[in-house]
Amino acid sequence: MADALKAMTAFGLREPKQVKIGALSIKELTDVALASVAARKGRMADLSRAAAAAGLPLPGPSTHAPGDPYSSFWVAPEMWLVEAPFASHELIADMLRAALGDGASVTEQTDAWVGFDLTADDLTALMQRLCNVDFAMAPDGHATRTVMEHLGVYLIKRGKGAARVYGPRSSAESLLHAVEAAAVALA
Amino acid sequence: MTQSHRISGGQVDRTKTVRFTFDGIPYQGHPGDTLASALLANGVRLMGRSFKYHRPRGPISSGSEEPNALVELRTGGRQEPNTRATVVELFEGLDARSQNRWPSLRFDAMGINDRFSTFFAAGFYYKTFMWPKSFWEKIYEPIIRRAAGLGSVTRQEDPDEYDKGFLHCDLLVIGAGPAGLMAALTAGRAGKRVILADEDFRLGGRLNAETHAVGQASGADWAVAAVAELAAMPNVRLMTRTTVMGAFDHGIYGAVERVSDHLPVPAKGKPRQVLWRIYAGKAILAGGATERPIAFENNDRPGVMLAGALRAYANRWGVKAGERVAVFTNNDDGLRTATDLMARGVDVVAVIDSREGGELIPGVRHLRGAEVIDSSGKLGLKTITVRQSNGKTEDIRVDALGVSGGWNPNVNVHSHHRSRPVYDAGIAAFVPGEDGPPGLSVTGAAAGVLSTHGALRTGRDAAMAALGLTGAAPDLPEAEDAPVRVSPLWFVHHGKGRAWIDQQNDVTVKDVKLAHKENFTSVEHLKRYTTLGMATDQGKTGNVLGLAVMAELTGRSIPETGTTIYRPPYTPVAMGTLAGRSRGKEFKPFRLTPSHHWAKEQGAVFVEVGNWLRTQWVPKAGETEWRQSVDREVLATRKSVGICDVTTLGKIDIQGTDAGEFLNRVYANTFSTLAVGKCRYGLMLREDGIVFDDGTTARMGENEYVMTTTTANAVTVFRHLEFCRQVLWPEMDVQLISTTEAWAQFSVAGPNARKLLEKVVDQDISDASFPYMGAANITVCGGLRARLFRISFSGELAYEIAVPTRYGDALLREMLARGAEFDPIVYGTEALGVMRIEKGHVAGGELNGQSTALNMGLGKMVSKKKDSIGMVLSQREGMVQEDGYRLVGVKPVDPKAALTAGSHFLEKGAAAVAANDGGWLTSKVYSPHLGCDIALGYLKGGDKKIGQRMRIVNLLAGLDTEVEIISPHMFDPEGERLRG
Repeated sequence: MADALKAMTAFGLREPKQVKIGALSIKELTDVALASVAARKGRMADLSRAAAAAGLPLPGPSTHAPGDPYSSFWVAPEMWLVEAPFASHELIADMLRAALGDGASVTEQTDAWVGFDLTADDLTALMQRLCNVDFAMAPDGHATRTVMEHLGVYLIKRGKGAARVYGPRSSAESLLHAVEAAAVALA
Repeated sequence: MTQSHRISGGQVDRTKTVRFTFDGIPYQGHPGDTLASALLANGVRLMGRSFKYHRPRGPISSGSEEPNALVELRTGGRQEPNTRATVVELFEGLDARSQNRWPSLRFDAMGINDRFSTFFAAGFYYKTFMWPKSFWEKIYEPIIRRAAGLGSVTRQEDPDEYDKGFLHCDLLVIGAGPAGLMAALTAGRAGKRVILADEDFRLGGRLNAETHAVGQASGADWAVAAVAELAAMPNVRLMTRTTVMGAFDHGIYGAVERVSDHLPVPAKGKPRQVLWRIYAGKAILAGGATERPIAFENNDRPGVMLAGALRAYANRWGVKAGERVAVFTNNDDGLRTATDLMARGVDVVAVIDSREGGELIPGVRHLRGAEVIDSSGKLGLKTITVRQSNGKTEDIRVDALGVSGGWNPNVNVHSHHRSRPVYDAGIAAFVPGEDGPPGLSVTGAAAGVLSTHGALRTGRDAAMAALGLTGAAPDLPEAEDAPVRVSPLWFVHHGKGRAWIDQQNDVTVKDVKLAHKENFTSVEHLKRYTTLGMATDQGKTGNVLGLAVMAELTGRSIPETGTTIYRPPYTPVAMGTLAGRSRGKEFKPFRLTPSHHWAKEQGAVFVEVGNWLRTQWVPKAGETEWRQSVDREVLATRKSVGICDVTTLGKIDIQGTDAGEFLNRVYANTFSTLAVGKCRYGLMLREDGIVFDDGTTARMGENEYVMTTTTANAVTVFRHLEFCRQVLWPEMDVQLISTTEAWAQFSVAGPNARKLLEKVVDQDISDASFPYMGAANITVCGGLRARLFRISFSGELAYEIAVPTRYGDALLREMLARGAEFDPIVYGTEALGVMRIEKGHVAGGELNGQSTALNMGLGKMVSKKKDSIGMVLSQREGMVQEDGYRLVGVKPVDPKAALTAGSHFLEKGAAAVAANDGGWLTSKVYSPHLGCDIALGYLKGGDKKIGQRMRIVNLLAGLDTEVEIISPHMFDPEGERLRG
């Protein structure tokens, strides 16, 4: 945005953090813009119409719906977290507000979270050490709130060997450490 | 020493040798040995000293129920006391030591206690060490604790890691004996997700210890085949070395997996143990049964063992526990020990059967209607004294005696929700009762079904029933189905000596008799009076025996007498395992502020505020003491401009057409009148009228507000608001989300704050355009979205500026660089504290969960024109007293005198007693502007005492100082600077 101000990752770096432990790859997400979208009271129908027109999916509970440019996952009744490419959607909140009108409350959430994409052949064993989600049985696209090493996170299953984790940005180092420690214990 | 007691057979790997030491003496064993089996193989049966009397002890069992053979393992940080030698898997280089003895195991000076056993009977301490009362803590208790005990803990940090994890399954099978294996096979073949957990390192349970055939193979071989079949199923997880230690709520079971205990040192990065939380749709307890002894005089000598253990050592480990062995039994199962040992060539010199009838074992001297009444042998069994049916007594020379009093089903896990076991006279034991944990069924020996066939059958049937499986049940292999024939015998009536019941806590039949005599007859009283079952083995071999003895004494039946409550854990769990990774620096996660990396570069000192690491102060070169840094930061801010990272304050985005009314209800003061583009200080009360939190809330748009909370209450306020929104007023159109982390927010304070900000803010922020308490969405540095609030905690002309967190570090550096002409400094929480106390602003010390708005001098903020949470109860009589606590400022009459937070107000000349207490100091700092310590405090009737002199007294710190009561607004009381 402003040339004078250089963005810093949650780890105080310029480039996203990438870690490889055995078969597991951990990649920090810095190219995703996030915003929350919540229906105003009694305005769900309006929001649904506007969202459909804007190409914004509003999936049901425990679900992540991919899309272009907007993907989203359910976080609470009539509330979603929306993802979009950061480069084109840094102003995601303004863009969604314009698209959705006054039937929704929109709040920028991009820097409230640190995101990690985890990939391996199979993430089940890692998830067993990290959280109480039954990862093996969860369908692809399963999105849920859970706790990893005392930190409240969102976990999105993208396949048997792929998952996205959003945790509190200020605790990025603690969250990564928890994932790394579990991975080392399993490697 | 060679393995003199090793005999043929067993499941140890004789092709390999494992070297280990016990009390420094080297020995050899084989893979598959336990420490106990390897020591017995080497002819070592003396393994420990008892808790109270320091009696010589050896193992009585071959499993986790062991009360006697407790040893210390390893050294340094890995030293581990009170480990049962019977479950320690032998590994190369194992260093084991006996414990609770001095100077040596063979000669223990504390054995003198045994001579004075009369003095150490149950209840002795309570009766004896009563006078003088003051002696208990300093003299009696330390002496008793030194004389009695188990192993010693290391004072070093445990270098190993412990992990935790979560597992899910359709069926959890607890125990991998015949019942558990058959249950797992049934469920596994049906495609169900199964977890089969067993505490042993070899699955099979008693099948490994018996010689029965299962199908066409030996029991042990059938178990190997069953395990192989299960291991090949992707839907089955086999967990060896894993103890399911408790049943908790909602189908959750706790299990400890000993990942690395059988290794000298865990592999790098690998945990030593993992604490698993298992979410089980259904569970089957197939935990088997524990044999119980029969109490007779001196039944605790090394060499006196449970009969089932004696044959387990022979059959599984190829070890004979003695050269000349006898068996003392009241049931058929005990007879198996004699036949198995004879089959292995062990010299069985006698079978002492308390029953008159039954089958005779050929080829051995089988004494029926006889009892063992005593034993001798200083450090190990040498002779037993037998009383025959005709009353004659006879000494028989033996060095091992197998005792069987029957088998107690391991009902523990089934009883963890307080289900009471019920007595089954048919097997003379307690079996699982009703009302066990929902979804948990019990099979095999744990359910009182003691034959192999019964175990296999009930295991299969339980799995079918639990999972609702239909169709043909799996065929069962043929197996023995002998009936249980037992004639209860709990203790042998003979003589006046001691007959042990609970060997780990040295509780004898005499102790139970004494408890009975003194009317401690309820099992719960019996337990606490005698310590029966209170040792680390939780009385697995002794409890039923003890209560049966009590039943006999009281004349009540055993079912009437009942059992004590069973509680998790089933076997001891190390504290480190429960802590997992939450220890040391990893005790909790850290939260880092956006300026953390900048601050670290500057050598800042950080302070933990909740999980946050905040900059406490930023030392400059030459500053040797923290006050120098803090004073400089305060003075520089008040002189020119200072910047402080306030990202940690909670930020809550509140939107919706009812957002204004919502704020009116959650804040004590009015918010519906707040104009767009303005902030207001808000005071939030609890339902009981006590102040909950404070902060500013800005109206950023028609239906859009940003609330700021204190750092400490960020989460609790958010939770409170969600409760209000979802539960109290679900009809309101309000949406909430936390944005604490989304924005990097800095306070910019001081006379030159505006001038500095003008260097980065793209818009006009002159006093006219952006007056005091203004709020706006702005841009900085050529277009980056930002928020600006004109609010002040320091009392200076001050702003809070926020940018998306990723730009926070850059904004700070940019402000410092562009504003260099104003000599800006970055200040930490200490300077923040100094400035807010100088201004009389409340924070943690004042928002103490006991204080009202009136106490804080903010009573007028509680609007009576509208309803809000806490408003009504804040007006209770006791909370609006004229002479109640009021916030005051305090400074010492002598500027050099020190104040201490927590000190109490006293009138001059008043004695320092609670009756004269006038209140207390809540916060204290040194004010570089006033040149002395200053403080805030709550003083009774304080608003009427401004200008008076009092004392502040701190008896702990030895402080008694004359102070002047002043207005809490100690700096710029008119607020001219902040409006500048």
